[in-house]
Amino acid sequence: MGFLKNRHLLGLADVSAEETATILETAFSFREVLDRPIRKVPTLQGKTVVNLFFESSTRTRISFELAQKRLSADTVNFSSDTSSLMKGESFKDTAQNIEAMKVDCIVIRHPVPGAPVHLTRYVKAVVINAGDGTHEHPTQALLDMMTLQEKFGEIKGLNVAIIGDIAHSRVARSNIIGLNRMGASVTLCGPPTLMPLGIEELGVRIDYDLDQVLDWADAINVLRIQRERHGVCFIPSIREYRDLFGITRERLGRLDKQVTIMHPGPMNRGVEIDSDVADSDNAIILDQVLNGVAVRMSILYLLLGDQPG
Amino acid sequence: MSAVAKAQVLDEEGIDRSLMRVAHEIADLYGSCEDVALIGIRTRGEFIATRLASKLREISGRKIPVGFLDVTFYRDDFRERLIQPQIKGTDIPFSIDGMSLILADDVLFTGRTIRAALSEIMDFGRAARVSVAVLVDRGHREMPIKADFVGKNIPTADNEHVLVRMNEVDGRDEVYLVEYK
Repeated sequence: MGFLKNRHLLGLADVSAEETATILETAFSFREVLDRPIRKVPTLQGKTVVNLFFESSTRTRISFELAQKRLSADTVNFSSDTSSLMKGESFKDTAQNIEAMKVDCIVIRHPVPGAPVHLTRYVKAVVINAGDGTHEHPTQALLDMMTLQEKFGEIKGLNVAIIGDIAHSRVARSNIIGLNRMGASVTLCGPPTLMPLGIEELGVRIDYDLDQVLDWADAINVLRIQRERHGVCFIPSIREYRDLFGITRERLGRLDKQVTIMHPGPMNRGVEIDSDVADSDNAIILDQVLNGVAVRMSILYLLLGDQPG
Repeated sequence: MSAVAKAQVLDEEGIDRSLMRVAHEIADLYGSCEDVALIGIRTRGEFIATRLASKLREISGRKIPVGFLDVTFYRDDFRERLIQPQIKGTDIPFSIDGMSLILADDVLFTGRTIRAALSEIMDFGRAARVSVAVLVDRGHREMPIKADFVGKNIPTADNEHVLVRMNEVDGRDEVYLVEYK
């Protein structure tokens, strides 16, 4: 067993407020390691981690790989489009064959919700969810929370708005769960066609008036329209979406306060966020990326920490 | 298993006297203390380092730089320790290149903490020299490591433990020999 209650990190729904605080606190310690002349500690020497990616990724994949290398773990990368899956091998066989090679941890990204849970049935290794379809993306929400904590001192009492394609967003789901648990207020804003039915049951407010939401928010998390999940089919046009829900300098200029801007990436500049907003001093998007490595180091450390090597 | 206090080894005055002697020994070795820095190993080592720095200032008139080391990520036994890691972070706000470093800790036992501290300090640069100062040396070394400056040697049995309390974190200064039964 690692230092957390659960052996795996499948979603933030299974992580308590106390554990979230531990993960963030440990991540801040790793941030200090990332600022050292030699950004590497021997903590996970002898551990082997496989990154099992069945879906495209830039930040998450590099971030996980860097986190593993910074902790001195051995890293193996798997990409579905260059694997035996192309020859007809099943998900189960792929997983069991990788397990047979004696790995300690599998980081999985998959287009199907629940794939990481499914994986735990076939392997003894620790499983970390790096995003499963429209379900959850726990490490992204944790790095978002870490960045908010760094910026504001604490998460409790913050007003955070999540704006955009909520229906297809695993980032939104994990953020809602995590932020609520840590005492922030969350409002969702986006086209009604991209707002999941019954999402209020997760303890969030819905508001379709972006200007009103910006007036209320301390920080906003801007999501892109997920073309790969047919998000564009749910809106009349990209131009109309930008007019109603795009974060533009003009819109922010109408406010009598500053709003902190976050984005999980990848950004569609000129659609959900304007370039000059994304590159402004109020944007903490690159801080999110740096904190991503620290948060993933923290997760790996806490889940793999005390198992015999 | 229960812990029973066997004897008080040092009281507040005893701790202060021991640290003053250690400070004088450091000053004797390093003369003007130029290019000397203290690195306290968290948790209680940081207070040992801070106190030694203030005593060295009294003796040499020089302000000694103090840094703190958290060796959690460098320990070789943390996988077997079923405790929540208490990470406080490393903070060395100066370059260690060419410095004479003194690693300060409360108790020297197996030597594994000092081994981890040496590994970590190597990642920060190339010190000219590294020595070790401890308040208590209780023996039972598992590594080829010895202290250069010792406040008090306390020979212990396997079932004994040295408990150090310090004002800054525990509200009082004392060292007890504790027996596990």
